[in-house]
Amino acid sequence: MASVTFDKATRIYPGTERPAVDALDLEVGDGEFLVLVGPSGCGKSTSLRMLAGLEDVNSGRILIGDRDVTDVQPKDRDIAMVFQNYALYPHMSVADNMGFALKIAGKPKAEIRQRVEEAAKILDLTEYLDRKPKALSGGQRQRVAMGRAIVRQPQVFLMDEPLSNLDAKLRVQTRTQIASLQRRLGVTTVYVTHDQTEALTMGDRIAVLKDGVLQQVGTPRDMYDRPANVFVAGFIGSPAMNLGTFHIEDGAAVLGEARVPLSRETISALGNDSKGEIIVGFRPESLDRVSAGTEGAIPVTVDLVEELGSDAFVYGRLAGSKELAEHISSGAGEAQIIVRIDPRDVPMKGDTVYARIRPGEQHNFAAATGERLPD
Amino acid sequence: MAQSLEITAARLDPALLDLPWEVTLEEWPESVLAALPRGISRHVVRFVRLSGRVIAIKEIGETVAFHEYEMLRNLNRLGAPSVQPLAVLTGRSTPQGEPLDSVLVTEHLQFSLPYRALFSQYLRPDTATRLIDALAVLLVRLHVLGFYWGDVSLSNTLFRRDAGAFAAYLVDAETGEFQPELTVGQREYDLDIARTNIIGELMDLQAGEILDEDVDTISVGNRIVERYTELWHELTSSESFDTGERWRVAARIDRLNELGYDVGELAITTDIDGTRIHIQPKVVDAGHHHRRLMRLTGLDVQENQARRMLNDLDAFRAATDRQGEEEEFVAHDWLARVFEPTVRAIPRDLRGKLEPAEIFHEVLEHRWFISQQQERDVPLPEAVQSYIDNVLRHRPDERAVLDPGDTRTIPRIDF
Repeated sequence: MASVTFDKATRIYPGTERPAVDALDLEVGDGEFLVLVGPSGCGKSTSLRMLAGLEDVNSGRILIGDRDVTDVQPKDRDIAMVFQNYALYPHMSVADNMGFALKIAGKPKAEIRQRVEEAAKILDLTEYLDRKPKALSGGQRQRVAMGRAIVRQPQVFLMDEPLSNLDAKLRVQTRTQIASLQRRLGVTTVYVTHDQTEALTMGDRIAVLKDGVLQQVGTPRDMYDRPANVFVAGFIGSPAMNLGTFHIEDGAAVLGEARVPLSRETISALGNDSKGEIIVGFRPESLDRVSAGTEGAIPVTVDLVEELGSDAFVYGRLAGSKELAEHISSGAGEAQIIVRIDPRDVPMKGDTVYARIRPGEQHNFAAATGERLPD
Repeated sequence: MAQSLEITAARLDPALLDLPWEVTLEEWPESVLAALPRGISRHVVRFVRLSGRVIAIKEIGETVAFHEYEMLRNLNRLGAPSVQPLAVLTGRSTPQGEPLDSVLVTEHLQFSLPYRALFSQYLRPDTATRLIDALAVLLVRLHVLGFYWGDVSLSNTLFRRDAGAFAAYLVDAETGEFQPELTVGQREYDLDIARTNIIGELMDLQAGEILDEDVDTISVGNRIVERYTELWHELTSSESFDTGERWRVAARIDRLNELGYDVGELAITTDIDGTRIHIQPKVVDAGHHHRRLMRLTGLDVQENQARRMLNDLDAFRAATDRQGEEEEFVAHDWLARVFEPTVRAIPRDLRGKLEPAEIFHEVLEHRWFISQQQERDVPLPEAVQSYIDNVLRHRPDERAVLDPGDTRTIPRIDF
């Protein structure tokens, strides 16, 4: 078990100008489950492969514990990649299936048996050790494959989108099982996914990447409550945050009829390059329905109501000019606002509802840079 | 409820639409199947007869199916030995509306053999090493093309006889990826996976009493590392020599040709004072013999078969004293007087046993053998008849040996 450090690690593919991974500075603690997440092409898989030794590091270093492994071959890094295919051999016992890599490495029989038994206990496979794989259920067979990685007692587990091949139901089940297994084993794990829900559910901490650059790293709570920039704000959380470009007028963010108050700290942190504009973000669940004319109310014309039993969501647009409505977007798309409402008080299509951002749940970002502004 | 099938295919065979896509693959009726699979397999795989050929159908997740289809298409386009993808089908559902997994359809490689079939046939002690040599050649070829396999194993490969040796073909590209150029780390890791998987597969054969338990599986597995490294070195390493030894340039190219590679680009540099020369192949193309035979005769066969036939062509040329003539004319005559009569002499009912080029190779071997035995030069027509009666008739049919493999593969974690 060990920590993992990316020390300004960079990967530039030959013949390209923009680095696939740009001076990544990231530390994974001993025993931590860290998720690398981001849209396709953000550099998350490349980063994982740099850690695995499957990508060259053009500048910077990779450390496992205190050891600089930047130029060490994959098989000598003491890591286990748990995203590749594992085969189950039908004529060998479950115990032999789990331990055969150790046998190849020449480990003594007694040690192999001991490690296999330990892993089997954690995986609830003890009573199957001397059976053939045929006798196992599908889920148990998969655990044997996991056991092969565990018995090697690596310092780090690496997983690259291991759930991508599964259907939705199985994905949720398996997600939970991987997370609980990691907690039991306490092995440092670096996990890659494009699915932000998976990241929020599984990680001790999450690292969001975009275009090869680390956007923010923190606990799921941190990422959700205090996103560091517009990209993270729009990426983390489902349904996605509503984000609108307002202009500043008399200490408030204004867009059409909407006037959202801003603190002095927020305004003074704005630079000149923002040209009097500010990006305000608010999650669908951070809105309270208010009456027209209430301070800070945002008028929303209802296009669609989604009733989900315990919850209801209004999908709509900023009321008023169509042109101004295009300044607010959400997970539903351009010129769309999502509001969570009380399912017992559902408006009709075409109605106008007034929503106000709950105090403390407003996110402000500089229009020029996208960076978070003080509250 | 009618399903909304989506089919991605380069050329759609309409007969594909007649298959029972609304039924889960595991439950397809025997009437459409070409063979029942043996052993356990993580993905459900079935072989089906379609329009006079056999196709393989694999049920997997949608993303993986498309990815694999793309990989196989690229591999085929680049001429890498691999199975040919036919289609991806998504949007399957049962009549009750329950969604079913997507499906990748590939063409079954005629006359190909899964490794287990080879081990359970007449066991030559060196079968394992010959398979591994073939796999090493395949892996080098893929790596030269910038393809990282990610799951190299005997189970993910099909083998075809190639003039007494084997030619290996990639079957499973799920974990594969193309890079402009593979890093040392990627190649070494792929090779390490190969070694581990091969040893595991051999150990499994021993556990199943299909392979003799005296075989040292680890040293056999190590062979892939040795063969790969030798070949990679030969194809890519630089060498230096004095300017007086320029013949070494031609010698290097000859060696590469012998190995089946044409040199597309050779970097040649000299020292400042001009006393030493350094050469390094930069671009190499596999299929040297295949291309030459194709050019001379139009025959499309495998590399070793081509080499064999070219050797026979050279011998024919010498025997008929036609070294001065244009190669193309001599080749034309060789085809008409040697190759085609041999192949045509095989009775129709025995043609499913081996590919024609392989039969030709075996006939030549047989002729040499009986000539030794009888202490005379047996003429070819006589040798052919003897081969048909004494050898070919007793061989099993190899046009379609179907076995999706006994080792289960687990694509990702799925508890």
